[in-house]
Amino acid sequence: MTSARTNPALLQVTRLRKDFPVRQGLQHSLFGRNAAAIRAVNDVSFDIARGETLGVVGESGCGKTTMGRAILRLIEPTSGSVVFDGIDVATLHGAALRSMRRKMQVVFQDPFSSLNPRMTVGAAVREGMLIHHLAEGRAADHRVKTLFEEVGLNPDYASRYPHEFSGGQRQRIGVARALSVEPEMIVCDEPVSALDVSVQAQVINLMQDLQRDRGLTYLFIAHDLSVVRHIADRVAVMYLGRIVETASADDLYSNPTMPYTQALLSAVPRPEPGRQTARIVLQGEPPSPANPPPGCVFYSRCQHPLKDDDCTRVVPPLEEKTPAHFAACIKQPSQLP
Amino acid sequence: MELAGRRSVVGTVVSRLLQAIIVVAIVTTIVFVLIHIAPGDPFTSAMDNPNVTEAMRARWRAMYGLDQPLLEQYVRYLSNVARGNFGWSFSMHRPVIDVLKDALPNTLLLAGTALVLGFAGGIGLAVIQATRPGSRTDRTLGAGSMFFYAMPDFWLALMMMLIFAYWLPWFPVAGAVDPVMHEYMGPLAALADRLKHLALPAITLALLSGAAVARYQRAELLRVLPDDFVRTARAKGLSERRVMWVHVLRNALIPTISLLGLSLPVLFTGAVFIERVFAWPGMGWVILNGVATRDYPLVTAGVIVAAATVTLGSLGADLLYSVADPRIRGR
Ligand SMILES: Nc1ncnc2c1ncn2[C@@H]1O[C@H](COP(=O)(O)OP(=O)(O)OP(=O)(O)O)[C@@H](O)[C@H]1O
Ligand SMILES: [Mg+2]
Repeated sequence: MTSARTNPALLQVTRLRKDFPVRQGLQHSLFGRNAAAIRAVNDVSFDIARGETLGVVGESGCGKTTMGRAILRLIEPTSGSVVFDGIDVATLHGAALRSMRRKMQVVFQDPFSSLNPRMTVGAAVREGMLIHHLAEGRAADHRVKTLFEEVGLNPDYASRYPHEFSGGQRQRIGVARALSVEPEMIVCDEPVSALDVSVQAQVINLMQDLQRDRGLTYLFIAHDLSVVRHIADRVAVMYLGRIVETASADDLYSNPTMPYTQALLSAVPRPEPGRQTARIVLQGEPPSPANPPPGCVFYSRCQHPLKDDDCTRVVPPLEEKTPAHFAACIKQPSQLP
Repeated sequence: MELAGRRSVVGTVVSRLLQAIIVVAIVTTIVFVLIHIAPGDPFTSAMDNPNVTEAMRARWRAMYGLDQPLLEQYVRYLSNVARGNFGWSFSMHRPVIDVLKDALPNTLLLAGTALVLGFAGGIGLAVIQATRPGSRTDRTLGAGSMFFYAMPDFWLALMMMLIFAYWLPWFPVAGAVDPVMHEYMGPLAALADRLKHLALPAITLALLSGAAVARYQRAELLRVLPDDFVRTARAKGLSERRVMWVHVLRNALIPTISLLGLSLPVLFTGAVFIERVFAWPGMGWVILNGVATRDYPLVTAGVIVAAATVTLGSLGADLLYSVADPRIRGR
């Protein structure tokens, strides 16, 4: 884990932002008011070393999927830069963008809609190989079978259609599909949250095995911390489009700095008896991303004892509070030596 | 799984064919009754000649059995049809089956050309539009398809004729071939003559069907585009063109297949008004003439062909659905 940190970054995200225009009523468009926007991803910066897994957690709607898609250029970022292996992804077009996509793959959140219903799963896995000239004909068939075995599926299933599979099997197919083009990094967008708990563990173990065997780098999105704990080296906590805390997984779990992280952690059941902390229940809803509050985005629900008016004036920067542990809270003193 | 799927497809086809036979029988009965109880018969209107006396008409009617009770005529007609005998065309003075045999190839040629052009063109336009929705190209093409979609077929046929045969005399006005010269042309010239005659009616019919295809296909493409699997296809590194033609289009063909099923009968019955306006000697033209002359056997036979092809067309569309969508197979 710590050794991974010393490697040069494979992915470097800097001040990434994604606004979605909001559809407005007739009078707004008639009278030419400025279009409002949902700020789904707001000023997000982080990097991931080769071979590392960065877990990203946060409530539903905090912008995790949007961030992942903007990194992959499946949607156009509003601003900011995404540098993958020394190349700025945001400036790529056409063939260059497509060949970059070979190296940066994705496993989607919903295994039921992310496979083409009219294509056999074998053809879906095969297509990427053909497009990127990795294998053809017999060799491609053979690689499809090998991949199916590698993700724990019967290779004979390759000639079936997606609707003939369960959610867990489909997610394995999704993983095989991502692996088919030999990527260096995979963005995993809540790959297990649509699955039963028992199946979740199997798929996560599979992904860990694949990472070990192939030296993959993961950006692993989840909305609860217990899933991420198994797989992530470092964890970033997102709230309303911003990263509010990031640290190594162990550090974050044992010393959560941000009140939001503490609340998230208190909801995670702990295996050791007696370690369960009192559950912190967050009051209210997160503010609307269409109209984010000034200052700290968490202010309305924060239970920090020192919380005051300053918090509504200053946007808290993500600062290193203890070594390699960053948090965005102005009331949390830095304890760096 | 595979086997069960195939067996149920056969079962579906057999039961749908039985249904088709019942539908055709019912339609035949209705048409037979309607046309016989409508005022007039082949010998009142068509032979409106002062030299023909009522006595002569009565004799003719007796000759063709038209003086018999309706039920008796009906039973006799059905038993003839069951033996493949569609009767005698009063207006053409030939067996009905010969009249239809001559007309069918003309209709197949016209409607076949038009359907291929219309569906290929309509799908192509829809893909172009859906690739850049809301753009000027999209809006222009959308207005164009709306224009032709809303246009009555006979009106468009008349306008096409006015513009491209009269004002700009690029194409012949009517007919399938040059009535005088065609016989004397060499093979190449004869082919050119056929194509020239085919062009206007085929383009007219293609515009009408293509406009509908483009509208339905565009809407369905836009419905499928935001689906997750389209994002998967992009993430694989496929080109936008491949994403659209292979992944999106394949999932957006169902409404177009329905339209195709609805259009298939045109291959056999002809686009009546278009054939009429361009005097194209196909099935539609023949049947319309039959109606005008109260040619009972010809009209009834035409309607039987129409009913049979409509039901077969919808069966064909259902079979195509299962080719297009693996989830329908085996159901
Ligand atoms: N295409 C879009 N157009 C407009 N708004 C969008 C779009 N996609 C996402 N949003 C908005 O952006 C915000 C972030 O959404 P996103 O899907 O990234 O959240 P998430 O963290 O992935 O949530 P979940 O855990 O439910 O998957 C939400 O407020 C959402 O409504
Ligand atoms: Mg999401």
